[in-house]
Amino acid sequence: MRNLLIFITKYNAFFLFIIFEVSALLIYIKYNSFQNASFVNSSNQVTGGLYARISEFKSYLSLKDNNDSLARENARLRNQLKSSLYADTLNKHKVSDTVYKQQYEYIVARVINNSTNRANNYLTINKGSKQGITKGIGVICNSGLVGKVVFVSDHFSVIQSLLHKDSQFSAMLATNKEIGYIQWSDEFNPHKGLLRDVSNNAVPKIGEKVVTSGYSLFPVGIPIGTISSLKTKGGGVSLNMDVALAVDFTKLQYVYVIVNKFAAEQTGLEAQQKKDE
Amino acid sequence: MPPSKRDWRLSKKRMSKSIIVNFLRFIVLVFIQVFLLKNITSYNLSTPYLYILFILLLPFEVPNVLLFALAFILGITIDAFYDTPGLHTAACVVLAFVRILFISITVQKDGFDNEPEPTLSIMGFRWFITYAAVLTFVHHFFLINLEAFSLSQIEFTISRILLSSLFTVFLMLISGLIFYKRKERK
Repeated sequence: MRNLLIFITKYNAFFLFIIFEVSALLIYIKYNSFQNASFVNSSNQVTGGLYARISEFKSYLSLKDNNDSLARENARLRNQLKSSLYADTLNKHKVSDTVYKQQYEYIVARVINNSTNRANNYLTINKGSKQGITKGIGVICNSGLVGKVVFVSDHFSVIQSLLHKDSQFSAMLATNKEIGYIQWSDEFNPHKGLLRDVSNNAVPKIGEKVVTSGYSLFPVGIPIGTISSLKTKGGGVSLNMDVALAVDFTKLQYVYVIVNKFAAEQTGLEAQQKKDE
Repeated sequence: MPPSKRDWRLSKKRMSKSIIVNFLRFIVLVFIQVFLLKNITSYNLSTPYLYILFILLLPFEVPNVLLFALAFILGITIDAFYDTPGLHTAACVVLAFVRILFISITVQKDGFDNEPEPTLSIMGFRWFITYAAVLTFVHHFFLINLEAFSLSQIEFTISRILLSSLFTVFLMLISGLIFYKRKERK
């Protein structure tokens, strides 16, 4: 026993190393496998607040780009207004519309922290559970798909962007509606994605648009990018293709969080079906 | 006994000064890392992680327990800003262990009184650059491999490790030269 104590004190650096290293790796592995909300991320009060302050300064630098993109979006939305459409019938009477119900609600938020140069990239935005954001819902910006929410605090949320090893969203080719999965390319290039597992029947063309399929968190038809080159997969059962992403992740400033009002109903129904099987 | 009391007071004064200096260094390095260097990268290959300079510059006398605890705290602080719990912490703890090994091999214990901190101005250029290069490489090797966690992109990972280490050591040398003090002979 005495000898053991002497041994331990003599090589205390090694034993301390083992203790600290194991606890660090435990934190790392636990976080990776369960994605459970831990206090060590940028949605907590201190880090989130600091990021918000810095982002305020930085937003001045890109005011011009933002104004341009907002003006463009304004113009696009103005085109959809009733007042800018020409009515070719004369008899107008108001019908109370019960056919349409609001399914998707958009919450605008500012990006206060962003990264694109790591293997797993996250964004932090300045809206949180107080504004109605919950874990696991989709995020877009005016040019296309961004990612999904993984952590929420009262005033901030962290988004796992498409530029993440584990990000995978249902996507389809815009013209012939063939379904596949979009994920980040293996090359860690923030402008490139990979569309996987498209059925062999599809005849994709370079330059064809890729949009969301409506099977996952997003409404149908949100742009993702355009096909930049075709790849063949080993087995030949399905097609893979490179996608030039529509969103410039390095310049994200404002995003929209999509709250699907029927999501609870849908997941409840699907869970029931799973239980029956 | 007056002389020993004076010595004790002197060492106490030096210790409190060293605590303040290191505390400030911690805050400044974390700020620089998180708000400046985090946004810097060249071709997605070379990202500097200058914050490890804090562990490199801790005094020689710091006990092992404290060294590991500080490395752990530094890592978890950086992780909080990078959204990667555990990743930088694990790399920093490895760095602390390698620091203990490196110093025990290259520095004599009785030299600690004259040389309180392993800085560029005290230890000289040749020793410091070896120290910085070895420790930075080990840290980056561990960090980037743990982040990638696969062998499929091995060339990419290795070039990232080498170029990032180069960038970090370069920044360390610059900061060493900025705070360069002529060696005071006693």
